[in-house]
Amino acid sequence: TVMAAPVTNDQSWFFALALGVSFLKCLLINAYHSTDFEVHRNWLALTHSLPAAQWYYEATSEWTLDYPPLFAWFEYGLSHIARFFDKEMLVVQNLNYASPATILFQRLSVIVADVVFFYAVKECCKCLREDKGKDLLGKPSFILTVLLLWNFGLLIVDHIHFQYNGFLFGVLLLSIARHFQNRHFEGALLFSILLNLKHIYLYIAPAYGIYLLRCFCFTQSNADGSLQWRSFSVVRLVTLGTIVLSTFSVSFGPFIALGQLPQVLSRLFPFKRGLCHAYWAPNIWALYNIADKAFSILGVKFKLLDINKLPKASMTGGLVQEFQHSVLPSVSPLATLICTVLSILPALFRIWHRPNGARGFLRCLVICALGSFMFGWHVHEKAILMAILPLSLLAVESREDARIFLILSITGHYSLFPLLFTTQVAHQNISHVAIYNLHIGNVILHLFFRKGGALLNPLEATYLLGLIPLELICEFVYPLTVWQKTFPFLPLMLTSVYCALGVTYAFIRLYISLLTCSDSTKKIKTQ
Amino acid sequence: MENWSLFSLCVLLGLTSRWAVSFHSYSGAGKPPMFGDYEAQRHWQEVTYNLPVHEWYFNTTNNDLNYWGLDYPPLTAYHSLVCAYVAKLLNPEWVELHASRGYESHSHKLFMRATVLFTDILIYIPAVLLYCFYFCDGSSKQKVATALCILLYPGLILIDYGHFQYNSVSLGLALWGILGLGLGWDLFGSLAFTLALNYKQMELYHSLPFFCYLLGKCIKQGLTRRGFFQLAKISLTVLVTFALCWMPFLSDPKQPLQVLHRLFPFGRGLFEDKVANTWCSLNVLIKIKTLLSRETQLFLSFALTLLFILPSSLKLLSKPNLWQFKLALVNSSLAFFLFSFQVHEKSILLAAFYCTHLGFCLFLRLMFFLFVFFHSMLPLLVKDGLLLPYVVTSLAFLFLSLYLLSALERSTEEELRLGLYRKLTQRWLPKLNLSRIIKWKFWFSLVAMAVLSFTSVWLEPPAKFPDLFPVLVSILSFLHFLGFIIYFNLVQLMEPQRKKSQKKTN
Repeated sequence: TVMAAPVTNDQSWFFALALGVSFLKCLLINAYHSTDFEVHRNWLALTHSLPAAQWYYEATSEWTLDYPPLFAWFEYGLSHIARFFDKEMLVVQNLNYASPATILFQRLSVIVADVVFFYAVKECCKCLREDKGKDLLGKPSFILTVLLLWNFGLLIVDHIHFQYNGFLFGVLLLSIARHFQNRHFEGALLFSILLNLKHIYLYIAPAYGIYLLRCFCFTQSNADGSLQWRSFSVVRLVTLGTIVLSTFSVSFGPFIALGQLPQVLSRLFPFKRGLCHAYWAPNIWALYNIADKAFSILGVKFKLLDINKLPKASMTGGLVQEFQHSVLPSVSPLATLICTVLSILPALFRIWHRPNGARGFLRCLVICALGSFMFGWHVHEKAILMAILPLSLLAVESREDARIFLILSITGHYSLFPLLFTTQVAHQNISHVAIYNLHIGNVILHLFFRKGGALLNPLEATYLLGLIPLELICEFVYPLTVWQKTFPFLPLMLTSVYCALGVTYAFIRLYISLLTCSDSTKKIKTQ
Repeated sequence: MENWSLFSLCVLLGLTSRWAVSFHSYSGAGKPPMFGDYEAQRHWQEVTYNLPVHEWYFNTTNNDLNYWGLDYPPLTAYHSLVCAYVAKLLNPEWVELHASRGYESHSHKLFMRATVLFTDILIYIPAVLLYCFYFCDGSSKQKVATALCILLYPGLILIDYGHFQYNSVSLGLALWGILGLGLGWDLFGSLAFTLALNYKQMELYHSLPFFCYLLGKCIKQGLTRRGFFQLAKISLTVLVTFALCWMPFLSDPKQPLQVLHRLFPFGRGLFEDKVANTWCSLNVLIKIKTLLSRETQLFLSFALTLLFILPSSLKLLSKPNLWQFKLALVNSSLAFFLFSFQVHEKSILLAAFYCTHLGFCLFLRLMFFLFVFFHSMLPLLVKDGLLLPYVVTSLAFLFLSLYLLSALERSTEEELRLGLYRKLTQRWLPKLNLSRIIKWKFWFSLVAMAVLSFTSVWLEPPAKFPDLFPVLVSILSFLHFLGFIIYFNLVQLMEPQRKKSQKKTN
């Protein structure tokens, strides 16, 4: 009963968790930051000192503005506060400027912007089916808060590496929460704002489109959950359209008026990059590349291929941006696009056919995010967060989803390690900080589902435990071997291939759960 | 299983905060020619690895004692030696004789930090977990909450992972000693404490309570029969442990004397820098250092220390139970800090540390205590460039303790305060609401500390008094410490036997 005081004291644990993680973030202020830090400083400078008409033309720094206009305005707003910290950071010509005040300001801006994320998480907690356990560890909302607020990936990407993902995911989660709460207009508005903040969220737009059309514009379904064509509401569609269009016109309107749209779009969608990012994201293409490499090695060994005819880059690849396939056909951007669309089509079809409410939508959204991650062109490994964070919401509600979540989050987050480990030795400590953080999520999820046996089956557990020797080999053993000089990229490749297996497995399981879930949830409802 | 998962969460959080502090600066980073404690520890590795044992504590051509000469007991030297072997394996440059002086690199920093973490995980953290598991009142959740608070205690983290020292070893060993005594394994307890003593001479601060507790227990069992036997066993354990630790130095009588001379450098004067103890604060009014001869200073400090330790020790001797023992630990370390000769500001760490381990029944006072301690270390941490972690960890700790333990406070506050305060208030000030005063006082002190922290970091001191802020800080802290030692002594001497502690010790 003594301990009950802070527990029953409604939401105080939420503030404790939020404040706790904010303290941790503050400790990381002086941690290493990637080039993204300079990217954002440059954007601060150029939005501050140039008129909007020049934003998308400015090219003093190589890190040109490649986010949609609303984000530029966000930076513009920040720059007005930045003035009070250090005016020098707002000069476009001051490339790589990083005075202590600049670092403090930029870091604090990320930490403060995360308030949006906190609010969104709080709203998400309200959408959960709360079973009223007395125990704090039995509360899904508590578990969800830990999983989201103390998320390993966000900590790395935002507070070490430097980006504003927390803020952006806040908008996304808030929009999802609004759909759960049947406040669809708000949800749609938030999502269209989000698209104008960062266009990578276009990947999950199909889920939004289909869901809103099916579940909101059609006001009713038949008894068996199939579509009732006559219930279509034109008013709702028009309102939705107005919301989305007006957001886009506010954002892009000025640039269209200036006739800069092609320039803006060329900045937003640079198709000059390679199939895979510098470090392979753990997706299908990592497996494809490794298969290609294996074939070529085997081919050379069995004299089926002529070593002189092979493209040179393929033997040192992994760190070069352009990866040339030697045996398997090369992949074009169009092919990846088709693959992506094909991969998400069944899911979209499914929620059109049997929507299964906001949860079905959320599942479809995760599949869209994961599908684009699996098959997309030049995917960055941090894009996995787009699937992991929304999946947390589902994970605290069912064991099956928790299982998928564990596999996906561990492998996905693990694949973020190269972001940390390739930097200087000085900051290895930080990566350990992050690792500890990763395990907090795991332990807490296991605690939540502690009743009713193990979450993972032995094979999955073995696979996940296999990450430990992999890490040890890549980090400690491999650098001592002779191959370090000739194949420095091998550990990275191993890591991403190993993780790709897990991510693919999670993707398949998620698909299975989507295609079978509506029946099971109905059973629960009728019981 | 649930308990251990929760404990593992605590450990994870503790490790997170430790590593998050550890990538910040350390003492003397990039400040030749003397650098700081970090270089001292590295230098000891160099010395112990390259020189034969009998040269370690002597000034020789290869061992310049004026440059961070070894002045810790043998166990520290052995620890340095072990670290040095690992260092040699990783990079011989790190411990090369002479050539490695002032060596600094990122990988070396990582290595040094890792050695701290290693000992922490090996010795300190298990001790804390076991301690909370066995000796904290209340539900398992309360135990976990207490463990978390202790593990996130910023003083230790900042000194070990920021400033750079191995306090977790000596504190951990002493904690194992307390655990041993608490569980009734007296031999194990005295072994652990002797090791702690041989790791860092500062543990002498606690030797008297250990001694009195064990002696009192033996007397209770009857000195003529079982008690005597027990006493003999304990003394034998202590002696053998000491002998083993000092073995390499026992061949020549000059050796142990030189080691002792290094361990207790009376030549260094009554106090150094700005310490929040009596002498330093008194020095503002009277220049004791120049007024009195060194012998008088020594005598004075010795007498005063003894005076303040004796009551609590005697009480412990007559009532050797765990509750008294813990209070005596606090009292003795405080007395040493305030009155003894040649005190370092970090030694308040010891006193404050045991306060967290008293359990949180004295919650408000303890919070207070920790903060005062923390404040008195501010100048040191600012000098090391650890302001950011200082601010963040102390805020986090304040918040966490208030949040996690506020519920505990309510229940136990009455239980404890009534005993003492009713007596006091009824006697002198019958109408006073003491608990409200204490709360107000707590907030007032907190504000005063915050203001002083702020001024000493961001304001320029007036040209006439360049040391104004550090002196103010240490005087404020001193006043608080003085209040504390009186308070804790009163608690110990006047506290009637608690029911709970009786249950625990039986």
